[in-house]
This record gives sequence, structure tokens and C-alpha cells, in this order.
Amino acid sequence: MRERGSWRLALGWLVALALVVSLYLVFVYAPTERTMGDIQRMFYWHVATAWNAFLAFFVVFVMSLLYLFTGSRRWDIVAVSSAEIGVMFTTLVLITGPLWARPVWGIWWTWDARLTTTLILWFIYVAYLVLRAAVEGREQQARFAAVFGIIGFVDVPIVYMSIHWWRGQHPEAVITTSGISLSPEMLVALIFSVLTFTALYAYLLLQRIAAERLADEVGKLKERARNA
Amino acid sequence: MSFLSKVLALVEKDFRAEFRTKEMLSVMLIFALLVVVIFGFAFNPTSQVTRKIFPGILWVAFFFAGVLGLNHSFTRERYNQALHGLMIAPVDRSALYFSKVLSNMAFMLIVELVATPVFLVFFDYSPAGRLPGLVSVVLLATFGFVAVGTFLAALAANTRTSQILLPILLFPVVVPVVIAAVQLTAATLAGSSTASFAAWLRVLVVYDIIFLVVPFLLFDYLLEV
Amino acid sequence: MIVLRGLRKRLGARDVLAGIDLEVPRGQFVTIFGPNGAGKTTLLRILSGLMRPSGGDVYLGGARLEDDSVALRAMVGVVSHHTYLYDDLTALENLVFYGKMYGVKDAPERARRLLEEVGLSVFAHDPVRTFSRGMQQKLAIARAVIHEPEVLLADEPYTGLDRRAGEVLTGLLRRFKERGVTILMVNHDFDQGVALADRVIILAGGRVALDELVTSESLRLIRERYEELVGGKYAGVDQKQ
Ligand SMILES: Nc1ncnc2c1ncn2[C@@H]1O[C@H](COP(=O)(O)OP(=O)(O)O)[C@@H](O)[C@H]1O
Ligand SMILES: [Mg+2]
Repeated sequence: MRERGSWRLALGWLVALALVVSLYLVFVYAPTERTMGDIQRMFYWHVATAWNAFLAFFVVFVMSLLYLFTGSRRWDIVAVSSAEIGVMFTTLVLITGPLWARPVWGIWWTWDARLTTTLILWFIYVAYLVLRAAVEGREQQARFAAVFGIIGFVDVPIVYMSIHWWRGQHPEAVITTSGISLSPEMLVALIFSVLTFTALYAYLLLQRIAAERLADEVGKLKERARNA
Repeated sequence: MSFLSKVLALVEKDFRAEFRTKEMLSVMLIFALLVVVIFGFAFNPTSQVTRKIFPGILWVAFFFAGVLGLNHSFTRERYNQALHGLMIAPVDRSALYFSKVLSNMAFMLIVELVATPVFLVFFDYSPAGRLPGLVSVVLLATFGFVAVGTFLAALAANTRTSQILLPILLFPVVVPVVIAAVQLTAATLAGSSTASFAAWLRVLVVYDIIFLVVPFLLFDYLLEV
Repeated sequence: MIVLRGLRKRLGARDVLAGIDLEVPRGQFVTIFGPNGAGKTTLLRILSGLMRPSGGDVYLGGARLEDDSVALRAMVGVVSHHTYLYDDLTALENLVFYGKMYGVKDAPERARRLLEEVGLSVFAHDPVRTFSRGMQQKLAIARAVIHEPEVLLADEPYTGLDRRAGEVLTGLLRRFKERGVTILMVNHDFDQGVALADRVIILAGGRVALDELVTSESLRLIRERYEELVGGKYAGVDQKQ
């Protein structure tokens, strides 16, 4: 237990360092974008959180399947941990998206496919967490959450496609986030930021799993005390 | 064969219970009508703009009324724990799911069948010559909604906050159906069946199939005590 | 008829059943006593296929429950704390419906006969919501045996019955016993419990604390153990669950 804890600590420091480096790359190393100006620097962490939010929800999906097949609580712990982090990342995406859109396009919210899908994702996984809180009994909680985790993730591509086409029908309103031509420096900053946030995700996941395991231990001790 | 006859017996049971009291159908229907009337007050019902958003209003009314019905469909099984009675009977769990999909679908279609003419009158639409298109849209969209909705209603029924939980579980998941249903209804009523019409129909069909098969595979996990 | 091997069930952080071994031959009437929370209901729920065991095996009529649960469920009838009845359906409709679920061929005919047997013929066409608790319990018993099960699981079947209805139930149970139905009954009342029993089991702490055939000699021992393990601990009878 202690050894694993120290690994986590080391990873934590590494992530902290990487975040500082990423800040440097984003604000100093990468050049200012010509048309959008400094506000474009939001792009790096926006994409980094978005990508890792999707990763987190994919992990929820895989863990949900594993839980249903094995019934082992281990996978459920990973699933709930990943869902919470995913919701946090998604929230960041939904905050940074409008912050970026406002100065560039003059509007806070664009109903573009990616941002809107992210919003729906946020709703699905917040519902996932609310569902967990509403189910009694740990086994049933894990089972129901796993089932919803699968349904929710299977839905994502269809949601994306339908929103994409839906917007496509109103060409005058279509505003996409693509169309930025990235210089090599920008690409370096982007890739480094994405990797850093992936490491951050891994770190948070490990911490969250450890916390859940401790909560399990406490529960067991209390049960023993109750029976004694 | 026995699978099918059991599904039918289950559907028959739902129908008998519902038509004895009609409590669910009447609430769904009145609610759907109310939604449209409230929309009429919220927006000027005679303006051109309101006519344009009519398909949206129509489906909001149907889906909201549908959630009420879905909620009730498993609440009924929970009185006296009748659902447990079914779970210990020699019936496939999937038969329970399919039967609920069928009866929920039937109840929603009844509501839609009664409410749609009223709505068309309210907003001065004539569906003449567009009926086949409209019917196929309503069938496909309702089925998608009910297939995933029945599953999530069974899920929500076993939680502490069953009645209020279902909408927040269901609506995010059912977004594609909402979009497709509104798009298709608008296109049908405008009489413009273009290439995108077929594309949206395909979205609905794909959605319907996925969300019939996935719940079918997962339903066993819901019915465990 | 019923064989349990090392049956365990964990609920939450608790071993509700901590290893139960049991063999019940065909036609035996077994009464299960035990303090509240001993795991009696849990045991019957597993036997009826409502719950999955966490460990160990359950065999019904020689076949493993988990291998063929749908088919084996047809052998079992259950009277639980809940009636499993639909309030909006009539007594007859409830029975016919459950008859169809069990694949009973002449469901309406059999339903009518059962209504007669439990004394509810007059109310055959009344919705269950208008029934008193005792009438509902009688109907629930009829529902449990609509398919002539080989095994009857009854969890505190006397709960909610007045004296007359209790006698009807006793008569019914006796007839099932005579027909060779294997019966497992959970009961709180000692005299009610041993009246028809061939064998008494006391569950305590998720284990079998006593397992005795009922004879005139063993009855004193059973009563002593009952007083010791169950008797005093009964403040009230739980009707929930
Ligand atoms: N779903 C559950 N989760 C956690 N504990 C449960 C659950 N169901 C029952 N229990 C516990 O299991 C124990 C045994 O319950 P039960 O089998 O109903 O006992 P009995 O019928 O002998 O009174 C009780 O302490 C009860 O609180
Ligand atoms: Mg009990």
C-alpha cells in the first residue's frame, strides 16, 4: 500500500512539472495566432481536456463491460472514478469553449457539433453520477451504473452524427472550430498539452481509486464493529 | 411459440389493467394537450414563426407525455412487488422487456393518435396527402423513444428517486430521436421530402435497432434483486 | 428434491448466509425458524430464483438451479411477504395471468377451482384493490400454486391472516403435503410452525443452528432451542420486505 502511494506521489509531481512546461509552451513557445490573437492559446488546454474527457468516458464504457462480465467491484471503482473525472474535464471544456468563442465569433455559445455533443455528454454522465447516488446497495448500484454507462457510450456516436447533420441543414449558422492552420510550434504545444492532461487524468484516476478503496476498508471495519 | 404467447399475455395484462382505470392514458393525453395549449400562450399561435416551430412543439408534447407513461409502467409492477412475481415465473427476462415495449408503444400511439388531429386544428395544418410520411415518422420515432425509455424506466424504477430520475436519464440519450423526429415532421408538413429526409429516416431506423438490441442484451442485469 | 451445498450470500458487507448445507427429500414439510435478520427470506429468495447466490450450489430435482433456472422456476411456487398481485386486475384475471406465465394449459378452469378452494369464488370478478389483507393473502396462496408446483416456498404465510383464514391456510398446506408437495415454510409461531412439520430447521447468523426431524421425543429439544435462539428476540413480526 505504501509503495503504491509513493508511486502516485511521484506521478503527481511529474504531472505538476509537465503542467508548468505546458504553460510555458502554450504562452511563450507557441506563436500568437494571426487572426484570433492570444485568445487562441485557450485552444491547447481546451483540446487537451476535451480529448481526455472522451478518454475518461471510454474507460467508463470498458469498465462497465468488465464489471458486468466479472461482477468484480474493482472495475466498478475504476468506472465511477473515471466518470467523475470525465465530468470535471467536460465541465472545463464547456467553460473554455464559450470563453474562446466570445471574442472570436462574438457569441458565447455555438451550436456546433463538437461543443453540443460535449454538452450532451455532460448531461449523460452527470445523469450517470446522479443514478449512482439514487441506487441502494453497492452491488445494484454498480450493476445499474454499468448498464447505463454502456447505453450512454453507445449513444455518443449517434448523438454526434445527428447533431452534425442537424447543424449541416442550416449552413448560415455553421461555425466550426477547425480551420486553424497549426504551425509546428503550435503542434508541439498541443501534443504536449494533450499528453500532460492524459497523465493528469491517470494521476487523478489513481488517487480517486485509492480513495474509494480506503472508503471500502472503512466500511468493512465499521461492519466488523457493528457485528462485534 | 411459448415465448410469444407469454409476451402477448403480458401485454394483455397491461392493457386490462390500464383500460380498467385509464389513469395513465388520461393523464398522458391531457398533459400532451396542455403542453400544446401552454405553448400557444407562450408564443402567438397565429404567427408564421409559431407555425414553423409546430413540429418541435408537437414532439415536446409527445415525449413529455411519454415520460409520464414510462414512469407509470414500472410503478405498476412495483405495487405488491408484482415484478418479483414475474421474475420467479418461468419467463425469459427479455419477454418482460419486449412486452413492456409493446404496451408502452401502444399507449403512446393512442395518445398521439388522439392528440395529433387536435394539434393540427389548433395550428391550422392540413395533413392531406402527407399522412403516410407522417405515420412512418411517428412510428419510427415513438419506437426509438419507447425502446430506450422502457429500459431506462425499468432502471429508474429500482432507485430511491424513481419518478424524478427518468427524465434526466432518458432525454440526453434520446437526443438523436428528438432531432430526427422534428426534422422529419417539419419536412413532411412542408411537403419537401428531399434527400435529407431519407438520411434522417435512416438515423431513426439505426437508432431503433441499436436501442432494441442493446437493452435486450442488458435487461437481465436490471432484473436482479 | 432440494439440495444446498455450501450456500453463501453476501449482501453489502455482510454474509447473510454463511454456508448452508441441506438436503430435503421429496414430500417433506420443513419449517424454518430463526430470529429477525437470520437470512430466512434470503434463503427462500435464492431458492425461488429471485436472487443469485454468492457461492455454493442449489439443486432442484437433481438439476443445478443456475444451469436451467427458467425451467426449474416452473417447479417452484412462492408465497412471499408480498402478494405479487396486480391491484387493478380482478382475482380471476390475476390467477389466469399467472397461469399463463407458468404455461398452465387450462388456466381459467384451474383458476376457478383454486378460488373455490381458498373461498374467494364470490369475489372472482372484483379488483384486488378492494380486497382486505387477508383476502389478498389467500389469493396470493392460490397464485403460488396455480401451476401445481412440486416445491412450495412460503415465507411467513400466516402474516395478515385472521384465525379463520389461518385455518383455511393450514387446511390448504395439509392438502399440498398429502399430495406430496415439498414444502419449506418460514414461520414465527412455534405451534403453527411445528403443527404440520416433518422437520424443523433453525437459522441463526446465516447458519443452520438446529436441524431435527419432528418426533414426540425431539419436540422438547426443538422447543428449548427455539426459546433460546428465536423466542426472546422477537419484539415484533416484520411485515416489510
Ligand atoms: N439488499 C440488501 N442489502 C443489504 N443487506 C440486506 C439486503 N437484504 C437483506 N439484507 C440483510 O440481510 C439480513 C437477512 O435478511 P432476511 O433474509 O430478510 O432475514 P429474515 O427473513 O430471516 O428476517 C438482514 O440483516 C437484512 O438487513
Ligand atoms: Mg423475512
